Amino acid sequence: MANRIDTTFAALKKQGKKALITYIVAGDSGTSVPADKTFDLTEQAICAMEQAGVDLIEIGVPFSDPIAEGKTIQEASQRALRNGTTLHGVFGMVERLRKKTDMPLLLMLYANSVFRTGTDRFFARCAEVGIDGVIVPDLPFEEHDEFQDASERNGVYNISLVTPTSHSRIAKIAAAAQGFLYCVSSTGVTGMRENFSTDFDTFFGEIGKHASIPYCVGFGIRNGEAARRMGSYCDGVIVGSAIVNQVAAHQTEAVPAITALCRELREGLDT
Amino acid sequence: MEKIGRFGEFGGQYVPETVMNAVSELQEAYERYRSDPQFLAELRDLYRNYAFRPSLMYYAEKMTKDLGGAKIYIKREDLNHTGSHKINNALGQVLLAKYMGKKRVIAETGAGQHGVATATICAYFDMECEVYMGREDMERQALNVYRMELLGAKVTGTDSGTATLKDAINEAMRDWATNVETTFYCIGSVMGPHPYPTMVRDFQKIIGEEAKAQLMEKEGKLPDCVVACVGGGSNAIGIFYDFIPDTSVRLVGAEAAGRGIDTNEHAATLSKGDTGIFHGMKSVFLQNEEGQIAPVFSISAGLDYPGIGPEHAYLHSTGRAEYVAITDEEAVQAFEYLSRTEGIIPAVESAHAVAAARKIAPTMRPDQILLINLSGRGDKDVQQIARYRGVNIDG
Repeated sequence: MANRIDTTFAALKKQGKKALITYIVAGDSGTSVPADKTFDLTEQAICAMEQAGVDLIEIGVPFSDPIAEGKTIQEASQRALRNGTTLHGVFGMVERLRKKTDMPLLLMLYANSVFRTGTDRFFARCAEVGIDGVIVPDLPFEEHDEFQDASERNGVYNISLVTPTSHSRIAKIAAAAQGFLYCVSSTGVTGMRENFSTDFDTFFGEIGKHASIPYCVGFGIRNGEAARRMGSYCDGVIVGSAIVNQVAAHQTEAVPAITALCRELREGLDT
Repeated sequence: MEKIGRFGEFGGQYVPETVMNAVSELQEAYERYRSDPQFLAELRDLYRNYAFRPSLMYYAEKMTKDLGGAKIYIKREDLNHTGSHKINNALGQVLLAKYMGKKRVIAETGAGQHGVATATICAYFDMECEVYMGREDMERQALNVYRMELLGAKVTGTDSGTATLKDAINEAMRDWATNVETTFYCIGSVMGPHPYPTMVRDFQKIIGEEAKAQLMEKEGKLPDCVVACVGGGSNAIGIFYDFIPDTSVRLVGAEAAGRGIDTNEHAATLSKGDTGIFHGMKSVFLQNEEGQIAPVFSISAGLDYPGIGPEHAYLHSTGRAEYVAITDEEAVQAFEYLSRTEGIIPAVESAHAVAAARKIAPTMRPDQILLINLSGRGDKDVQQIARYRGVNIDG
């Protein structure tokens, strides 16, 4: 069976469109909610984002010590954990979502969440509920084989990241990448930025030379204008903290704000 | 693919791509300088003339008599400049940073000893230094915060998580990812991604090398048992390493059992932890069944860490070293015991090793030798121990 990530990018290419990828922390409602409502907002938000023109969604699995995240996602992760979010629960949520949507769904999570679950068991469960890929920020190229066999056996892509400090590493990372290449816009942790210091022409020029799959840019994109500008370098943009901020600000009523932001991002990207 | 930086299954390089290039650069630089005559000569000179090495090998006669078992020797790392073994590693890494042309050094610290050591060397080499420290630890170790500031370092408190050592490492890693092109991350223990566990061990193994030579000179034989406290495990690996091939030497690490390993308030990683991936390494961590890292507890800020260096995880898995858990109460009693018996006030971290030695020595014969690594001095802990005992010395 073809991976939904591939079919989605192929369809976008045919339409001459860029991919809009968004991120949300599973189980974060911006506030405390009763145990039976842990995933309500996340599920509603994911459906609303699809309606608003989002093409792929990264579901963040909260981790106690997210070393690659800035304040926004750190705090969201803490809220989600306080609300009792578990990986088991996230899989259950994806199972429910799969009855409503056929869009690519990815899990963004830390290596220990996979390892502790049992690598084989984790990827088998991904395949079972309909997860198409995983993004593991603390699993660099050198350690990719930690999950390689299990992810391949289950048809789940292990998404690779390149950053402005990857330099000569870009070639080997791009050569082994699956699905799409996640290009980190700047050094540092996740979060919205006013300015980027990266020389994008050089960075994406290097990536373009080596990537045979779509490549998308994330970290720091916060509005339609940034999406338009950053999208011009590649095949899509990834927006995380700006979405999570809407959850923090509007809590269980965040869906309209998330919808509005996604529409703006879509418009920027399509301009 | 060939696995580098592994101790059995443990170790590796589980860090974000943003810092991976820096990790590779460090790996290359370390490979180059670890055998570079000029680098090694400069390091040796600093060890001798700045850090005050070799550290004393002290025969603890009264403790030996009192415990009535093995002959007890104490390796006096507490007498090093800055008061602990941490200077060995800080000197090595900051010197390496200088050779690599880095201008800014960051570090994490728990008890403050590594932060002080790093701030000291940065002052010496005139380098910018920023130390991350959990807010909780800044309160427990206010004296060391002031010392670091006195040495010209910026101390940044972290409020996230449990506001202790683990969280300081998280923040230091985030800083490193942000300023990676200019900044050298001076990790304080035998942990993190390769090459850190190997490199830090190499900078600390001088403890065991000296100890072996000193005991051969004094006693003409190897010790029968070596005891050291273990948080991340740098002083322990430092004194163990040279004895690993000597299989007659029993190696014992003392972990922090806090309020007891049957409570939820301890930091006894190897006693109660499971294999996981965190802070750049595959090792053993205290965690729940979903892989969330557990909050830990110890009276000792330096041992208050939910993981352990990968080489210790390996030595534990092979049975070459054994690890015992020492409670806060046992450590405080040992703190008081060594102060009264030998007139040496140990760091509360090192007191965990003294406590383990008090249990082991009486089970040994008088012709046997037990060696304790006294990793640091206890001046920084006096106030906290007083508080623990309910004595008000705050004035």
